[in-house]
Amino acid sequence: MAITPRAEKIALRTALYIGAALTGVVCVFPFYNAVLTSLRTGQDLFLPRYLPTAFSLDNYVYALGEAGIGRSLLNSVIVAVLTVGLCLVVSITASFALARIRFAGSKTILFVVLCVSMFPQVAVLSGMFELIRFLGLYDHLGALVVSYATFSLPFTIWVLTTFMRTIPTEIEEAAIVDGASIAVIIRSVFLPILGPSLVTTGLLAFIGAWNEFMFALTFVISPSNRTVPVGIAFLQGASQYELPWGSFMAASVAATIPIVVLVLIFQKRIVSGLTQGAVKE
Amino acid sequence: MPRNAKTIFNRRAKEAWFLTMPALLMLFGVAGWPLFRTFFYSFTDAALDTPDEYSLVGLTNYLGWVDGEAIGVLADPLWWRSVVNTLSFAAVSVTCELILGMAVALLMHQSLRGRGLIRTAVLIPWAIPTIVSAKMWGWMFHDQYGVVNDILSRLGLIDHPVAWIAEPFLSMCAVVIADVWKTTPFMALLLLAALQTIPTSLYEAARVDGASAWTRFWHITIPLIRPAMIVALIFRAMDALRVFDLIYVLTSNSEATISVSGYARDQLVGYQKMGTGSAASVLVFLMVTMVAACFLYFNRIAAGSGEK
Repeated sequence: MAITPRAEKIALRTALYIGAALTGVVCVFPFYNAVLTSLRTGQDLFLPRYLPTAFSLDNYVYALGEAGIGRSLLNSVIVAVLTVGLCLVVSITASFALARIRFAGSKTILFVVLCVSMFPQVAVLSGMFELIRFLGLYDHLGALVVSYATFSLPFTIWVLTTFMRTIPTEIEEAAIVDGASIAVIIRSVFLPILGPSLVTTGLLAFIGAWNEFMFALTFVISPSNRTVPVGIAFLQGASQYELPWGSFMAASVAATIPIVVLVLIFQKRIVSGLTQGAVKE
Repeated sequence: MPRNAKTIFNRRAKEAWFLTMPALLMLFGVAGWPLFRTFFYSFTDAALDTPDEYSLVGLTNYLGWVDGEAIGVLADPLWWRSVVNTLSFAAVSVTCELILGMAVALLMHQSLRGRGLIRTAVLIPWAIPTIVSAKMWGWMFHDQYGVVNDILSRLGLIDHPVAWIAEPFLSMCAVVIADVWKTTPFMALLLLAALQTIPTSLYEAARVDGASAWTRFWHITIPLIRPAMIVALIFRAMDALRVFDLIYVLTSNSEATISVSGYARDQLVGYQKMGTGSAASVLVFLMVTMVAACFLYFNRIAAGSGEK
């Protein structure tokens, strides 16, 4: 039997749909598995299962309360919000200057900014240790805010500068003619247009701060000051006679849900922010 | 330039420096200065808890001789082990990510029903914190109760449970799998964005000329998305070379999987050796810089030969 073009087309479509389904399952399964595990307790954990078999919130109660992950979540929110605030304020003014004012050195600055984004974190670790101690921020959430904000600057400045360059100059020329100062121009002309870009870069900085591990592990010692990733890494089971994986997964799910919700709401903005820099160059 | 315009220009330039100052101060103070201090400490014998008491020891932290025996990072077999681990981890996982990412990008580029759903699903691994994904995969790779062994034995591929996290080679496989799962979406999204910039008329013209799907892929798609592909590759390679958190949690920095970043941090924080740790950090920095330079250099050569 000869293969007709029509049959070939159907086969191709089927293969594509199977591929798509497989991609979806592989992407979601580990998280799904974690949710299922987090709802199970005791003997139930000893058998791999693929469908919900139990609905117990014990693991969550233990992980969020006694094990301190609730506290860590709060710390992570504080650190991430302050990081985003600091990073945006500093990068809005810098990107405005880099995008809208021609001055000697602007290219050098952009190049330096790009270099910093390539740094392996470990390369600054011992120097940072000294700096954090000098600033009196050791074992303090402030240490994380300062370091995260600095290391998210390159990306934020880069994206905002690229975006501001696309805005027609007429907009600010009118304001300059009216005698508006730079502060006024930034505040009342640029901020409103920048809104969407700020949401994108702010979100990416937030996610970066939420996920960071090495600095959080090194500069914070007290369990009560831990951020979520460190809290999860140090999590202990409720008792040594039980598999600790139920509470591990409960903590993991609790740490992921805020981020997944943000990603689902702002999906389009995040994708455009991630791809903007790379595709336009 | 009229005098008036020149003063305005100068004033604007001054304002520009004023506006960029906070960012520059932060970048210099919190990134540049610590980097400089790390270089400095790599030539000292300081300990982490007493960084003020040190003496200069030259290159001993890198390589030195005491009583005829080589000491220093470059004489430590574990350092070289971590270099091999990091390079092979980066090479294998970035290659897998590129191939899989390309496949997923091409898939998402098709007009399929439920395409939006797939695009959302793909963002989930990207959004999950690395530590969380390390824990999730650690549980899935669990030798007795994990689903990976369960699925493999149901499929008849293994007849007894495999110790994913304990066996040296398998533990590295586990690390690579977890990393590929988490970062392929980033690659796929970048490549998809690049695919979307290719005008469809090019494909139609090629189809009229009778070019096969394979030919169209190699001669239209690949050359046109190459710039974006290189950028994505550099980003991912830089990221893979500084891997730390995944390995720290998934395999507890075991010798078979420890990365250069993990080695440097171990020396610095674990053994409190600020000098040795800094020396290892400097070597990591040089290694990453060298790889980045190679990438840019070969990219330029390839781009140059392409234009001729």
